[in-house]
Amino acid sequence: MRWGVVVFPGSCDEQDVYDCLKTVLKQRVDFLWHKDSLNGQYDCIVLPGGFSYGDYLRCGAMARFSPIMAGIIEFANRGGLVLGICNGFQILCEAGLLPGALMRNSSLKFVCRHVFLRLEENDTPFTCRGKKGDLLRLPVKHGEGCYFADAATLERLRKGRQILLRYVDGKGRVTPSGNPNGSLDHIAGICNEGRNVFGLMPHPEDAGEKILGSEDGRKIFSSIISACEKHKGPWLG
Amino acid sequence: MKILGREPNTTELGIFSVMWSEHCSYKSSKALLRLLPTEGPSVLQGPGENAGVVDIGSGLAAVFKMESHNHPSFIEPYQGAATGVGGILRDIFTMGARPIASLNSLRFGSFNHPRMRYLLSGVVAGIGGYGNCVGVPTVGGELFFEECYNANILVNAFTLGIAKKSRIFKGRARGIGNSLIYVGAKTGRDGIHGATMASEAFSQGSEARRPTVQVGDPFTEKLLLEACLELMERKCLVGIQDMGAAGLTSSAAEMAARGGTGIELDLSCVPLREKGMTPYEILLSESQERMLLVAKKGSEDEVKRIFERWDLDAAIVGKVTREGQFRALFQGAEVACIPIAALTTNAPVYSRPAERPQSQEELQRLDLGTVEEPKELGEALKILLDSPNVASKEWVYRQYDHFVRSNTVVAPGSDAAVIRVKGTEKGLALTVDGNGRYCYLDPYVGGILAVAEAARNLACVGARPVGLSDCLNFGSPERPDVMWQFSQVIQGMRDSCIALGVPVVSGNVSFYNETDGVPIYPTPTVAMVGLLPRVERCVTPWFKSPGDLVVLLGRTREELGGSEYLKAIHGLVRGTPPWIDLRLEWAVQQCCLKAIERGIIRSAHDISEGGLAVALAECCVGGPERALGIRIQLHEMMRADALLFGESQSRIIVSVREKELSRLREIATRGGVPLQVLGQVGGTRFVLQPLVRLPVEELKSIWSGSLEKRLQ
Repeated sequence: MRWGVVVFPGSCDEQDVYDCLKTVLKQRVDFLWHKDSLNGQYDCIVLPGGFSYGDYLRCGAMARFSPIMAGIIEFANRGGLVLGICNGFQILCEAGLLPGALMRNSSLKFVCRHVFLRLEENDTPFTCRGKKGDLLRLPVKHGEGCYFADAATLERLRKGRQILLRYVDGKGRVTPSGNPNGSLDHIAGICNEGRNVFGLMPHPEDAGEKILGSEDGRKIFSSIISACEKHKGPWLG
Repeated sequence: MKILGREPNTTELGIFSVMWSEHCSYKSSKALLRLLPTEGPSVLQGPGENAGVVDIGSGLAAVFKMESHNHPSFIEPYQGAATGVGGILRDIFTMGARPIASLNSLRFGSFNHPRMRYLLSGVVAGIGGYGNCVGVPTVGGELFFEECYNANILVNAFTLGIAKKSRIFKGRARGIGNSLIYVGAKTGRDGIHGATMASEAFSQGSEARRPTVQVGDPFTEKLLLEACLELMERKCLVGIQDMGAAGLTSSAAEMAARGGTGIELDLSCVPLREKGMTPYEILLSESQERMLLVAKKGSEDEVKRIFERWDLDAAIVGKVTREGQFRALFQGAEVACIPIAALTTNAPVYSRPAERPQSQEELQRLDLGTVEEPKELGEALKILLDSPNVASKEWVYRQYDHFVRSNTVVAPGSDAAVIRVKGTEKGLALTVDGNGRYCYLDPYVGGILAVAEAARNLACVGARPVGLSDCLNFGSPERPDVMWQFSQVIQGMRDSCIALGVPVVSGNVSFYNETDGVPIYPTPTVAMVGLLPRVERCVTPWFKSPGDLVVLLGRTREELGGSEYLKAIHGLVRGTPPWIDLRLEWAVQQCCLKAIERGIIRSAHDISEGGLAVALAECCVGGPERALGIRIQLHEMMRADALLFGESQSRIIVSVREKELSRLREIATRGGVPLQVLGQVGGTRFVLQPLVRLPVEELKSIWSGSLEKRLQ
């Protein structure tokens, strides 16, 4: 399969995603420049973490207008797989591909630490290699990761089983100490109704090897790989 | 007048004033700095360039430097600290290296001081705000609190980058007729005379200096970093230098001096942020995120294209000339013409008078007979674990991204951070250390200990030192007592560097750290870099599993001078710092390294502030998992407080599986290292028989909650 990793001005984690996919998982990966349009057949597009355009406005608010985003929105609307990590999640919300918004952490401080996550659904291309209730240990590092949505949206997310990851403690329980940013309903990652767009605040790419303290991030990427393999050929024909 | 043969104009006076400032010229320190050993088999570039460069094999080089940003951070903590990080990052990528890890060394005053929480929160947020946004992980650091920093905090920032050994770039202006190209942010009126501000002592009214602090823009820095690294892949670059202190003036003059050339600047071509700036302001502005390049004739368009791609300004602002003059034109008229040598190599060098102060003797007097031993040693331990100098610094490093670039193997909170070098099996270990209290009591010994502790911290993770960078933070060099401290510290560092085989490859000096005539403690901070041949062998400080044996390498002496215990429990800063035998220090480090390389030991932690009891507690509670208890039997013939809290040097606590003890003992015996089995890991209590018995979870909550509690 073929991956595209978008580079916005101010992206920081694009190399981490690239290395994890290429070196660890032996995937075919291209960097995609924000000023270009989306050309070529891709199975999955990744919007990496960082501070696109400095994030001096609302996080992701500028990147959403990058030339490449039009093609990505179209790609997603046709059912293509899009993964937004951290700043990428923020951009997906700003672009309207995912509902809700990411606000300032409740501590009002940047937070960098390992968190535990509970896999809530496994009937998506991003989580199909896991079981419901699986515990993942991944790093978070963000200042604005507090997920918020209005009551109606939250209800739709729950009903549609679109909440894929929740922050939990080391024993898998939903507790305040497990939630690093005050996210509504302990939400760490959600998908769209079509289940082909996934945004999450934690960084699976920084947890792809044992030497980095966790290999749990592979579960996300290998899910995508096996979903695409089963799908035979590019996700979009 | 002697130099120019005429009356200098205002602009030229301004140029002399910044270039001859202490900050830029090192006029008071130059002579003494020559004492430090700067050469070694793997040193590719010692002091004098933007950063030091060390060969790490596999065709790669580690490029690193530490720099102070003390004065700006005291005046405006967020921007002061942020631009400190920005400046050091530029020093690294200027050399052609991609920055992959940062450290910081911070000193603050007492928490009782009304401004201290504001300063600490601001500095930490500033370091995080800038480093996180640029995408360089902050993997470690140190933080101390002492009253002497109440009115003069210290912010020292370190960055390390990796470059191809064959593609190191230098700040040299060569090739007569080559273009000088200005890239990066536009020039504004900010930071004019920042270098002069940094070379003065504080007094009432320093608040009014706020406009001399620059404002950082990490987003532009990130673009500049990527664009410069992209440019360096091409073959059109001759030299490159960042515009730091004293801005365009200093970078142009230094490049010409290193290249043995001259330069001619046309100030009308400099991209400006505001209208109506005078030549004086353009030359001396310290606006951030700017670089000066020398490009091969004919390649100017290629350079411009790359910077345009990253939405950055690039403008030809002058050329390299033959005459050895610093010449600046503005709207067709000459506004300055000064010989380069007068600004750089021939800038004045002072041999300042140095004299040991009379009070030193009294300071070193410590009669232990008058120091009462606490009845409850467990309570004393709790007070020490709660001391902000000892307690966990997680409140700080949780605000720094330490994962980005996916290289971090050992994160902050360990004796040294470890990052892997992608594409190899190697790892680099990084640490920064410096105890101002020791240096205050005996600057010579303090200088030795700063280097020794840094090397010991590297040994504890399994890394052999390859080089160090230092920040030497002192009071005013115009005071003989400060110059005495400075020369003593340098000599101590030199002796320690020679004994432990560590070259000094870069660094900076920060004088005038005093307010209203009271200097800070002499505070050298030593950032040391070590190499691990196989990164997966690295070791962390905390205990791993019940049943493991707890072993002490080294020897405990009855000494309490300069200890955290004496300060925290008795309110005393006096005595002589711990004694050190550099041969034993070397032997202990080698023993630890060998044992790690052979996979014998499971944890290693050096004993520093707070002594044996604190170090043991840290091994129990410092890990990411749940706390582990220990049972230790003590039978040393000395004062109990000295045994538990004395800071004898050259000691490392290691843990081993029982069956590995004999192999460890063999290495220790062969190296002449004293080894003592203290006890065993296990249970839920922290037991130092017969003196202390406490639940380990209680210690953990005291140690991990101390900073947060004070900052709420």
